[in-house]
Amino acid sequence: MEIFGISTALLGSQLLIGLINGSFYAILSLGLAIIFGLLNIINFAHGAQYMMGAFVAWLALTKFGINYWVSLILAPVVVGALGVVLERTMLRKLYKLDHLYGLLLTFGIALIIEGIFRDQFGSSGESYPVPELLSGGVNLGFMYLPIYRGWIVVAALSVCFGSWFMIEKTKLGAYLRAGTENPQIVQALGINVPLLITFTYGYGVAFAAFAGVLAAPVFQVNPLMGSHLIIVVFAVVVIGGMGSIMGAIVTGLGLGLIEGLTKVFYPEASSVVVFVIMVVVLLVRPAGLFGKT
Amino acid sequence: MPMKTLLTVACASVFATLSVGAHAQISGNTVKIGVLTDMSGTYSDLAGAGAVLATEMAIADFVEKEKPGFKIEIVTADHQNKADIAANKAREWFEREGVDTATELVTTSVALAVMKIAKEKDRIALISGAASTPITNEQCNDVTVHYTYDTYALSNGTAKAVTTQGGKTWFFLTADYAFGHALEKDASAVIVANGGKVLGSVAHPFPGSDFSSFLLQAQASGAQVIGLANAGADTTNAIKQAAEFGVTPKQPLAGLLMFITDVHALGLQPTQGMYLTTGFYWDRNDETRAWSKRFFDKQKRMPTMVQAGQYSSIYHYLLAVKAAASDDSQKVMAMMKKTPVNDFFAKNGVIRADGRMVHDMYLVQVKKPDESKYPWDYYTVKQVIPADQAYQPLADSRCPLVKK
Repeated sequence: MEIFGISTALLGSQLLIGLINGSFYAILSLGLAIIFGLLNIINFAHGAQYMMGAFVAWLALTKFGINYWVSLILAPVVVGALGVVLERTMLRKLYKLDHLYGLLLTFGIALIIEGIFRDQFGSSGESYPVPELLSGGVNLGFMYLPIYRGWIVVAALSVCFGSWFMIEKTKLGAYLRAGTENPQIVQALGINVPLLITFTYGYGVAFAAFAGVLAAPVFQVNPLMGSHLIIVVFAVVVIGGMGSIMGAIVTGLGLGLIEGLTKVFYPEASSVVVFVIMVVVLLVRPAGLFGKT
Repeated sequence: MPMKTLLTVACASVFATLSVGAHAQISGNTVKIGVLTDMSGTYSDLAGAGAVLATEMAIADFVEKEKPGFKIEIVTADHQNKADIAANKAREWFEREGVDTATELVTTSVALAVMKIAKEKDRIALISGAASTPITNEQCNDVTVHYTYDTYALSNGTAKAVTTQGGKTWFFLTADYAFGHALEKDASAVIVANGGKVLGSVAHPFPGSDFSSFLLQAQASGAQVIGLANAGADTTNAIKQAAEFGVTPKQPLAGLLMFITDVHALGLQPTQGMYLTTGFYWDRNDETRAWSKRFFDKQKRMPTMVQAGQYSSIYHYLLAVKAAASDDSQKVMAMMKKTPVNDFFAKNGVIRADGRMVHDMYLVQVKKPDESKYPWDYYTVKQVIPADQAYQPLADSRCPLVKK
């Protein structure tokens, strides 16, 4: 059977791949949305932090023999801790200023981090093997699905919805949201707001590192892996609505699917389709699809 | 008018002395070599700092062996793979810093931009890293040497070998820019000429990171071979993901431009059995091993063909300057073209009228993990492609400098 001259098997497989890539967009844009929504910082270092997550996993494996599953926790903790240091020593001084300052600072830091990694590890990148438990694949009839790719979707979605639940439905989430809404009153109620904010930045950064570990076995672990992805992820956040948690998740997945379809029908446009949608959304609904105006 | 006559005679003799002096001399008694390369981007491993090192080694070896009467200086710059940055730098070097030759020039757009400025300023461009054939065809000029390899030689070597061994139907993954399309076009011609057929191709964005979608399209085409008309991280990611999705080994890949650094980065597991064409392999004979080990001691990586070619081109250039006793670009070019290249990199290499340095190329196969006995033991040389068959025949050249 064919749709628009494309066999349904090929179409099905492309949609599935779109969903896999969408999972990466979702998890990265979620981290950005949390940081922006609660701190008002446009975290341009997100791509570099994603890359660092992948490198921590690779270094842990090759230098210390630490396996994938441990790295899945370890890398977000290590990179998240570096994020905390960054927030405490630098970002903190910029909260009172315009968004632009935070953006410029994190952008500069991203360039420095990438430069250091390029100097240390070169540009051709390193290989990270697929963990034993998730190697191989299953034949779905219309395509051969590597088990690891399936795992990416499961892991990304559970983490995304888990975070959404924590922020929107738990007491800690309520403190977080209240702390950013009106820090003075929340502080007066005896809650340590600066600590809450530091924790939030570290948490958002840990998300990027988690995505980096997920990506390591699929892509070449390369100092530039984040800078290629981050621009698309920013577009996803803008389309979803800056700071909207659910918006980031849903738009990430949706745009993955749309990009997947573009790769079948007109592959040359697949790298710009997200930006075309961004422009349209900005013109029609400047606050984004899920943003509050 | 005795006074005026006297002056004229005096002036004439002064000018005569000056011009004789200039002919036999090298400006400032210094030869200045510029290495314009990618120091930080995607090609920095295959060219970059290693190319600078190769240049320094060539200069040091030349000074030691030939004891020239002139000084040699080296300047380096990062062109970031951008033609505009490269063009500005080359102009500055030629106009203000007295640089005699701009070298390396990885990335086709960079090479094309700089060779044009070299022609305008009457200096020399020595291209080691860039790959596209227009350099010695439509865009050729008489001050440029294309030294190490080109897309014709690559596709001629790899596509021919794979097609004649039974890989008759092909599907291409092509990087969507000038280089990718040039590579696909050259390879397709070779495939068809050898009785094969191209079933289709997909142009992927450059640079890309996820190739699974394109690989599945290639899989659906049912082609026997998937040709990778791309380079660098695009190639390594495509190879890695082809193994992941079970596309290989059923449909083997043919990497049309792969460097030893790519194989090193991926490891032998996903790359084993692949054919590729290269202008240099470090472990080919005692001579190549000796030079490469010196390189390795400093760089901690074995040299790519670009880096080995860079050494050879610089050495050959300096020999020509010494023989011509001049840094005048026309005289040096004439000497470079007259003298064959004989070193660890090339035997009886010849620079043709179109600027192409023709030398033997090597068709190699990537070893299986258990065949590799020591670090960087990656290739088995399957076939030496003789210089006269490796490159585009002069008769087919579209370069106006070639007299037919």
